[in-house]
This record gives sequence, structure tokens and C-alpha cells, in this order.
Amino acid sequence: MTMRAALRHPAAWWALLWVGLMPLAWLVLQTLQDQLGANPAEALIRATGDWTLRSLCVVLAVSPLRTWLGWPELLRFRRMLGLLVFAYASLHLLCYAWFDMGFDLADTLQDLFKRPFIWLGFSAFVILLALAATSFNRAVRWLGGRRWQMLHRGVYAVAVLAVLHFWWMRAGKQDFDEVLVYAGVLAGLLGWRARRALRRWSKR
Amino acid sequence: MIIRPNNDGFVHAVASEITPQGAYLSRRSIIRGMAIGAAGLGLSDWVGREAFAQTARPGALPAMNFVPSTAAGAVVMDKPTAYKDATGYNNFYEFGTDKADPARRAHTLKTDPWSVEIEGLVKKPGRYHLEDLLKWSAMEERIYRLRCVEGWSMVIPWVGYSLADLIRRVEPQPGAKYVEFITQADEKTMPGVRSGSLEWPYVEGLRMDEAMHPLSLLAFGMYGEVMPKQNGAPVRLVVPWKYGFKSAKSLVKIRFVDKQPVSSWTRAAQQEYGFYSNVNPTVDHPRWSQATERRIGEDGLLAKKRKTLMFNGYEAQVGQLYVGMDLKKFF
Repeated sequence: MTMRAALRHPAAWWALLWVGLMPLAWLVLQTLQDQLGANPAEALIRATGDWTLRSLCVVLAVSPLRTWLGWPELLRFRRMLGLLVFAYASLHLLCYAWFDMGFDLADTLQDLFKRPFIWLGFSAFVILLALAATSFNRAVRWLGGRRWQMLHRGVYAVAVLAVLHFWWMRAGKQDFDEVLVYAGVLAGLLGWRARRALRRWSKR
Repeated sequence: MIIRPNNDGFVHAVASEITPQGAYLSRRSIIRGMAIGAAGLGLSDWVGREAFAQTARPGALPAMNFVPSTAAGAVVMDKPTAYKDATGYNNFYEFGTDKADPARRAHTLKTDPWSVEIEGLVKKPGRYHLEDLLKWSAMEERIYRLRCVEGWSMVIPWVGYSLADLIRRVEPQPGAKYVEFITQADEKTMPGVRSGSLEWPYVEGLRMDEAMHPLSLLAFGMYGEVMPKQNGAPVRLVVPWKYGFKSAKSLVKIRFVDKQPVSSWTRAAQQEYGFYSNVNPTVDHPRWSQATERRIGEDGLLAKKRKTLMFNGYEAQVGQLYVGMDLKKFF
């Protein structure tokens, strides 16, 4: 069976979802076995943030890959991958609000003013929330394809906000190595889209 | 003025005066044991052993001999942090900025031979070998709270002697108002020094009266054994009432000066890290609150963070050093 045939198999969707949830399963297992090191709260907040960024890179790679390889079947995974981004982002926010802030609203608000980088992350989450809420088929019909597509281009803003959020968080230690990797990958993926849009626009 | 809310349950001076239940119960068992001992089982032996073995030795490195400390505030009743956590979760940027980096990378640090240069406004300057420094005073075990500026804390049983013992021996000149600590910065053995996270070497400083305070410790070991490399072997500073970064690791130079030294973190971010950097729950870091902290290994994932204590709970011992100072201004 070729790769493309495998991708068309109904089980492929479930297989990919399963792979996408592996990091979560791993984190849950590590938590239950007390394998998260000296500061489990920090480890969970950071790991869920890392996996949000990683899944964001994956979902934004779907369209470029589809074009480069000429594999339209990749498209059927995109929505699920997008929802994985939302799932990891939600867990990231939940871990922060729960383990770091103890669900204390006053403390959280105070922290938001102290740490503006949290605003960036929170803004990205609000956009993701809107995308997740309109991810089902009826929402596409209800909004109309064009408007739906405009709204879901919001994911590009999420990518920019997520990188800035990570960059600002690391700025205290002036350690940008990892930030630059994500920034590079996401810039490449967004750059590809910008170039394609420019070409289409100039052809018109 | 510090306004203490009454809804904390009760108002008290220092938390170290409160006996944790575990210690209270173990005291009872000691008394019970003494009663049995007095009944003819060698009382002095039993009590002596109890006094020396405040924490179990991890058995990872050579043991050190020490006596219990008599300095006020030198032994807190908090439960010591697990050795695994104290040696696996470190900020030691010379080996990388991730807290797991020092444990992975610090094995390259060469601590033998080691010497510390004493210079500046001092009557007996010179390069002193570690073997000599180890003999300059009796080693004591001090169980200190350690509060990191990032909002977490540990409890570490250090082995060392008061920095004051070293200072008295090298006889500072009257003009010496501050002590500057310069640490090892070797590109070959410390991979973090090649990256630009801070200016190297790492520099810290104390006012002379702070340095002379009996709680300021020159530590050569922890958990009854020699200092692990990732914790600042072979000799480091420990100032328990200040944020952890003030306690410079792997010291190579101690300089007596007349002007306030500029420490590395102040140089990196002047508005965020002041010279004093005393633990103070009422003065926030510009980017986060300092009111609470997470005790590593103690406070579970779902536990609320505990309240940070003024001067990290050492207010009774060190408060008088800062009388009349505006601690918001001199943060």
C-alpha cells in the first residue's frame, strides 16, 4: 500500500489522532508516576506550552506539504490537527491557572498586569477558542465559506502571538535558542503562504 | 509600614519560632528515648547521635565532619529538600540556563586543585588553597531555607563556617565597606560561559555588616558531604535571607572594596535586580509577585503556594541590619 493509499484509509485519521494525543498520555503517565522532576507544576506548564507550539507547526505545515507533494488527502487531517492545537493550548492555560495561580482570580489578574507576556498567550488562546468553536461543518455553512476562511486565517495571528509569548518569557534569561527554532519554522510556514498570496495577487 | 492582616489566623514574629508538628512529635520520641536511655542504655551516646544526624547522608560524595551550629537561626525546623531535587534542579548559568543543565553538565568542572584569591583592602591578601581554607574554622551544619527569586524554595543542610571567620582571619582594612565575590568562569569546562546570557565572570557583593553576619555562610558541602559540582563546588557563599542568586557559587576571588560592587544580575537588568535583593514578600519583582513561593518537593501539584516570609524567615536575626532603610528603594 502506498503512502497516499494509507492516508486515504479511514483508520489513518484515528491513527493520527492517537499519535497526536501521545504527548498528553505521556505527561499524564509521568505525573502519576511522579517523574516530572523537582517542580512538576513548572514542568507541566512548560511541556503543554511546548506541545502547543509543536502542534501549531504541524497544522500549519499541512497546506504547504499538500502543495509540495501534491497530496490533497492531507487536507482531511487539518481540522483535527487544529483542534489538537486548541487542546494543548487549553491544557497550558489550565495548568497555569491551576498549578501556578491556584484558580485565584485576584492573584491571576495581578499576575496578568505583572507579566504582559501572559496577555499575548491569552490573546492567542481567545483566537484559538473562536476557531475551535467554529470548527464544525454547520459553522462553515452558517458563516459562509468566505467569512469562515477569513476567520480561520486567525491561526496566523496565533502563530505570531505564540512565538512572541515564548520569546518574551525567555527574555528574562536571554536564552533564545529554542525560541528561534520555533520562530524559524513558523516564519517559514507563514512566509510560504505570504509568497503564494503575493503571486496570486500579482497574476490578477 | 507593614500592615499585617488579622485573617492569617494569628500574628507572629517569625515562622521559625513555630514548631512543625513532625518536629514536635519527634522531640517527644527523643524525650521518650532519653528516658529509656536514662534507664541504663547509654544516654550520652544516644543523644549525641541524634544531635549529629540531622539529615541522612545521601552517600553520593565523600562525607564531611561537622558539629551542629550554635548560631541563632542556623537550623530551621522545615523538612530538608530531597537530595535528588537539591542536586537536580539548579540555577547555575555557567552550565546552561535550564535547571536540569547543571546536573547534566557540571561534571566537567575541575575543582582540584582550587584556590581562592583574597585581594583589595585587606591586611593579609593572597592566594589561599582550598585545603587551607577548609581548616580555617570548625565545619558546622546549617539547615537554611533557600528562596529563589523565581518563586520556588528549598531547605538545604549546608556544611561550612561563617564567612565572618574568614574575614576576621584576613583582616580587612578600615576602608573596606563591601565584599565582592568573583566566581569561576572557564570557557573550556563551563559551556554556559560561551553563551551570552550574562556577563562573565559572575560577580556578587555584600555590605561588610551583611558579610560579617553569623548567618552568612561559606559552604564547602551539603547533606553531610562535599559540595556537588552543580551546587557550586568546591566553595560557595550562602546568604539565606537573600534571593538565591546572591549566594555565588564556585568562588575564586574575594575582594574587599570601598564602593558598592555591581553584581552580574544588576548589570544585566538594573531595574529588576538590586544590590540588596533581600527576600521580601512586599516588594515584587517588576515581572512577578514575590508574595508566595512553591516549596520544592513539599507543596504538591495541587497545593496553594506558601507565603514568602520577610527576610525568608530570618527577620529576627537580620532585621536590624536594615533598620531605617527604605526596602522598596533598596530592593
